[in-house]
Amino acid sequence: MTADATTTESRDPDAKRLFDAWRTPTGWRYWSAVNNSEVGLWYVVASFTFFLFGGILALLMRIQLAVPENDFLTADQYHQVFTMHGSVMMFLFAVPILEAISILLLPEMLGARDLPFPRLSAYGFWCFLIGGVFVCGSIFFGVAPEGGWFMYPPMTTEYQTGVGVDIWLLGLSFIEVASIAAAVELIVGVLKCRPPGMRLNLIPLYAWYILVVAVMILFAFPPLIAGDLLMELERSLDWPFFDASRGGDPMLWQHLFWIFGHPEVYIVFLPSVALLAMIVPTFARTAMVGYGWIVLAAVGTGFLSFGLWVHHMFTTGLPAISIGIFSAASQAVAIPTGIQLFCFIATLLVGRVTKSVCLLFTLGGLATFIIGGLTGVMVAVAPFDYQAHDTYFIVGHLHYVLIGGTIFPIVAGVYYYYPAVTGKQLSERLGRSAFWLMLIGFNISFFPMHFSGLLGMPRRVYTYQAELHVGTLNLISTIGAFVLAAGFLVFLWDVLRPKSRQPLAPRNVWNAGTLEWLAEVPDKPWGVRSIPIVETRYPLWEQERFVDDVDEGRFYLPGADEGKRETLVTSVVDAEPIQCLRVPGPTFLTHLAAVFTGGVFILSTFHWYVAAAISGVLAVATILVWLWTGTAWIPEKHEKDVGRGVTLPIYVSGSRAVGWWAMFITMLGDMTAFISLVFGYFFYWTIQEDFPPQGSNGPGWIYPTAALLTITLVWLAVMAARTWNRQDRGPMFYGAIAFGVTLSLAGVWALLMGPSSHAMDPTSHVYPAIVWVLVLWTALHVVVGIVMQLYCAARRMAGKMTARYDADIVNVTLYWHFIALTSLITWLVVAAFPMVAR
Amino acid sequence: MSKSNLHDNRISPLWAIVSAPAIWAMHFLASYMTAAVFCAKFADSDGSAGEVQLAVMIYTVIALLLIVAIAVIGFRHHHHGRQFTSHDDSGRDAQRRMIGFSTFLLALLSAVATVFTALVLVFVGTCH
Ligand code: HEM
Ligand SMILES: [Cu+2]
Repeated sequence: MTADATTTESRDPDAKRLFDAWRTPTGWRYWSAVNNSEVGLWYVVASFTFFLFGGILALLMRIQLAVPENDFLTADQYHQVFTMHGSVMMFLFAVPILEAISILLLPEMLGARDLPFPRLSAYGFWCFLIGGVFVCGSIFFGVAPEGGWFMYPPMTTEYQTGVGVDIWLLGLSFIEVASIAAAVELIVGVLKCRPPGMRLNLIPLYAWYILVVAVMILFAFPPLIAGDLLMELERSLDWPFFDASRGGDPMLWQHLFWIFGHPEVYIVFLPSVALLAMIVPTFARTAMVGYGWIVLAAVGTGFLSFGLWVHHMFTTGLPAISIGIFSAASQAVAIPTGIQLFCFIATLLVGRVTKSVCLLFTLGGLATFIIGGLTGVMVAVAPFDYQAHDTYFIVGHLHYVLIGGTIFPIVAGVYYYYPAVTGKQLSERLGRSAFWLMLIGFNISFFPMHFSGLLGMPRRVYTYQAELHVGTLNLISTIGAFVLAAGFLVFLWDVLRPKSRQPLAPRNVWNAGTLEWLAEVPDKPWGVRSIPIVETRYPLWEQERFVDDVDEGRFYLPGADEGKRETLVTSVVDAEPIQCLRVPGPTFLTHLAAVFTGGVFILSTFHWYVAAAISGVLAVATILVWLWTGTAWIPEKHEKDVGRGVTLPIYVSGSRAVGWWAMFITMLGDMTAFISLVFGYFFYWTIQEDFPPQGSNGPGWIYPTAALLTITLVWLAVMAARTWNRQDRGPMFYGAIAFGVTLSLAGVWALLMGPSSHAMDPTSHVYPAIVWVLVLWTALHVVVGIVMQLYCAARRMAGKMTARYDADIVNVTLYWHFIALTSLITWLVVAAFPMVAR
Repeated sequence: MSKSNLHDNRISPLWAIVSAPAIWAMHFLASYMTAAVFCAKFADSDGSAGEVQLAVMIYTVIALLLIVAIAVIGFRHHHHGRQFTSHDDSGRDAQRRMIGFSTFLLALLSAVATVFTALVLVFVGTCH
């Protein structure tokens, strides 16, 4: 929000400097902003637009299904529409909106000026926008994917030859990468950017939930990306991962998809609960009941939800035992979910509830979700699922969960936070009509689906016969869908209607207790005037003179003496200040990087690999420029007085630094993708009589062992380089890098020689194909590692990295720890395992 | 009372919180993989899975012992100090109590989930 420097700023030079440092660019440069309040807002708007698009697709489907044997849409069109509807809702709305809201609000809840990597959020946003428009655009050319939102092969590998599936695989992988970027940002934000004093027991519940969800994203998305990679390789290069005639198996896709897909349901649900956890105490006028219990529920759900993937595969003929195990986990996850609902209800009961639209949506959401949960427990019982599988019963169930669990809470959140973001309040009157239209329309639309399902109407059919006797039910559903849509229109009007004549809302309109309500009206670009010391969970309620102290700059970092954007970094557990972090400002580099990264994925869809490769090189170059100019700045002084007599370093490296954490977390996600590929290898081993197949030449053990040894040496060299840099022994440092780079090249060569010298043809059978994938994955990581080593050498030469300011090489060393592990696992799988398996 | 691990910045209380669910996860994966590999590679034609049942019983005993240990540790932390109910003050003790409490609860949940997994094996003894 751009507010002009008001009189306070002109009287107080500290405030003036702070204002200037954080000023939002104006004119066309507005779009170069990277601050969380701008990026977060764009992100929210973009996700909502995709939601509306998905909603219109839903209405098209409902029109088609209104009467039996309708011909409003052809079968082909209908397939595209339901696939896009599901995919858009899940990938372009449900996950991004939660990241959007978090980017917008999390720093405010933590009293931070910004998230630690503003440019990363901006990059993620532009990637999301480009990818989303690309995926959605396909339907206007009639080439959208038709496989349903879970894209099961062999249908999507053998029977759909158009670009639709490629668009889905590549476009959505691109967006998933952006989601992971946001997850990294949010995890580091919660762990390292809390205000001083905010120990783990005082964190706003929203932040706990987001922490859990971001970690879930980190472990859930990589398996899907691995699956996407395998399927795209099958489609474009004919590597037979899912082709049963050459040893592949479509079931592998189902596993990888649902390892992602079930947690996904909770990934979209928990952040909405998180919003409710902020709203409920405010309107109950009391602290949330059972803080420790809610942390239990969030963490417990996060874990257990990973133990559920197979319940989507009950009907695929898995061993009875496996099915039982997953059925058990499905029941167990109901416990933490139930506990958090009890905490909400208890809070409402003990508090003095004030009525408002936010509360209506909260209650409506909870009730709807509970109904969905009940039908969910029904389908988690394997015998019942055999009946209901793939019918409209499932469609009914999943929308109760998704709409009750995400849409209603998000609308509640919009009503709640709108004043904090725009300074204006939404209308209670319009809100009430929107609520009743939505609630009634939703139930009219989706409740009958349970019955049409039980009567035998399958999902994903473009029409049905009158004899099935589901015509009336479907007509009712369609009418309900339009009532629901009317509710959304009212809501949309309320959000968009011009409000220039409406007075500004008072500061902290709802009289809430948490830090985000420190926001001034109209908002200032700096977030908070000074970063407070937090001693309670609801500082605005419980800490005396809190707002005044913040506003008058009596806490930390009340100014910006050097005119730089700064925020505090604190320790993970005790939230003690450890660094004054300088964050970068506006730039267009992130846009360029996003465009080029997008190019790699989009051009590959059309098999224009040369263009895609060029785009890739440009993307890497842009990212290098961005890192070179925007990270690990050497400060003009070692330390800085941040106020209240505290002096903090400006530059830190190693595990106290946010960059180190970002690398660590990113690599955890990367490892997860790799392990998913390894899982693929062993999956083939379990389903096949002999794997590796008798008579196939493996990659042997000589080349893989040589590769492992060279890569281990590189790893040691990188560690030595880090030490020598710290001791300021330049020649030794450069020597270690030169040695490392040379050996890395040798390592890559040895890796590739394994399968190629044994004439392993990846199109002949799945065994050579999966070996190639593991080897190429490792090789690619080593190549990235080469670039990193050269980057560090160049940084030192340019004087941008010194013995004291060594974050670059420290982070690169961390990367190499993971590469060493990756190579070891690759060696164990491709070289050692065949020897023992025979 | 001496300074404990939960207090220590090096061993982060965050690890304490996730330890019990992590054991559940390992137990779960081990049971699943044992069943999957056994049924695919070693089962007789009648599909009986007695060996799997035995293996899972062993996993379960180990997992439950560990989880109970974590629960006890968590409970002790919760009851640390004088005002043993407050979780929401500033200061290290309140943090410790709250983390101890959540650790304890998560251990209970993990124990229940682990038992659920094991029970399946008791009732379903076949690969088919
Ligand atoms: C706004 C009102 C909505 C309506 C009227 C609606 C309607 C429908 C219908 C009729 C189907 C069944 C298609 C078929 O099987 O032939 C469907 C599928 C689906 N919907 Fe919705 N939906 C709505 C909102 C949502 C939301 C908010 C989400 C997620 C956040 C969502 C996620 C899905 C998914 C994942 C599928 C499965 C797609 C597939 O089978 O591949 N929907 N929806
Ligand atoms: Cu599921």
